[in-house]
Amino acid sequence: MRRAVITASATAAGVVLLLSLKPHDASPAHAISASNANTGNAAGTGSGTGAGTGSTGGATDTAQGGGAAQTVTGTAVNTRYGPVQVKVTLDGGKISKIDVLQYPTRDRRDQEINSYAIPVLNQEALAAQSADIDVVSGATYTSDGYTRSLQSALDQAKK
Amino acid sequence: MTANHVEHVMGTVFSIAVRDPGPETGPAIRRIVERLHRIDAVFSTYRPQSEVSRIDRGELALAEADPEVRQVLARCAELTAETGGYFTARPGGRLDPSGYVKGWAVEEASRTLRGSGSAHHCVSGGGDVQTAGGPWRIGIADPHREGAVARVVTGHDLAVATSGTAERGPHIIDPHTALPADSYASLTLVGPHLTRTDALATAAFAMGAPRGLRWLAAKGVRALAIHPDGRQETTNW
Repeated sequence: MRRAVITASATAAGVVLLLSLKPHDASPAHAISASNANTGNAAGTGSGTGAGTGSTGGATDTAQGGGAAQTVTGTAVNTRYGPVQVKVTLDGGKISKIDVLQYPTRDRRDQEINSYAIPVLNQEALAAQSADIDVVSGATYTSDGYTRSLQSALDQAKK
Repeated sequence: MTANHVEHVMGTVFSIAVRDPGPETGPAIRRIVERLHRIDAVFSTYRPQSEVSRIDRGELALAEADPEVRQVLARCAELTAETGGYFTARPGGRLDPSGYVKGWAVEEASRTLRGSGSAHHCVSGGGDVQTAGGPWRIGIADPHREGAVARVVTGHDLAVATSGTAERGPHIIDPHTALPADSYASLTLVGPHLTRTDALATAAFAMGAPRGLRWLAAKGVRALAIHPDGRQETTNW
């Protein structure tokens, strides 16, 4: 149960951020700020607004021209289990990689949870982004299973 | 601006997205939520005091039951006939029309939204989807990779139902053998109306491979089977 909660909060923070970073958005940093403002719980901040507990808030261009790779580091979000912070790598406007920089590691249980939750977060966010889908059809999930589902990630992203 | 609502009910989660919200959308969503909880109270097999549980124990006569119970069971009987007994309101011997009720509840929600003036919306319940208008992009969950999408269906006015073993394990019973069906990893059907599409998905899943997909092929139903080895097979796709 606790595992599901952790995953859900990571997904909420991560996916809101990620789904805002579609190629048709005007500028990634801008999109993140917008989503942050809408949800009040997302991790991202654009350059110049790196407040809160974030360490390296802001967007950093690491290449120029077509297909430029870019990394965006979000501000750490305080979840009930501890701070969570993600870094997103964009390649030609598409997310190519998500790194989770900070996550709860107070005890062995946290580490176990995260070894499971973080790959799921990555997989779900990348799947949602690459598919650009509105809704998911899948084998009937339980109310509990929903919190780990791609549908949950999509619903969170719409909030 | 899309209006969204997520409701935990009937042991699963219903998600509603309305692309053309108007003044009637909020009240319509409230009516839908009330109705979903009412359907759960009447039809749940997990609630000992639901009408379905009481009918099953012989404590409530069908004639005394909510008229919707009679309508649902009559429709289930038609589907039992159409599917050669592979869809039934008594899959494990006991009265359990759940295989019908969820898809029907989703379709009812869509009907309520249409009545409120919405022509573009999407309702899903436990992974079964009814859309109106569009285009909507519906990802089909990959049963072998949690969180990943195996295929995407795009279109207008589509219903998409998936039966599978991914989360709950083998839980669809072949009524003819009383054994759990598990020869497909998942089976996804696309049609116009979710209630029927969902029931046909359950029936074809219970038939198992290769019969289920062949039966759907002959009926002209669009379907995707994902096999336990990951192979994908389609018909009328």
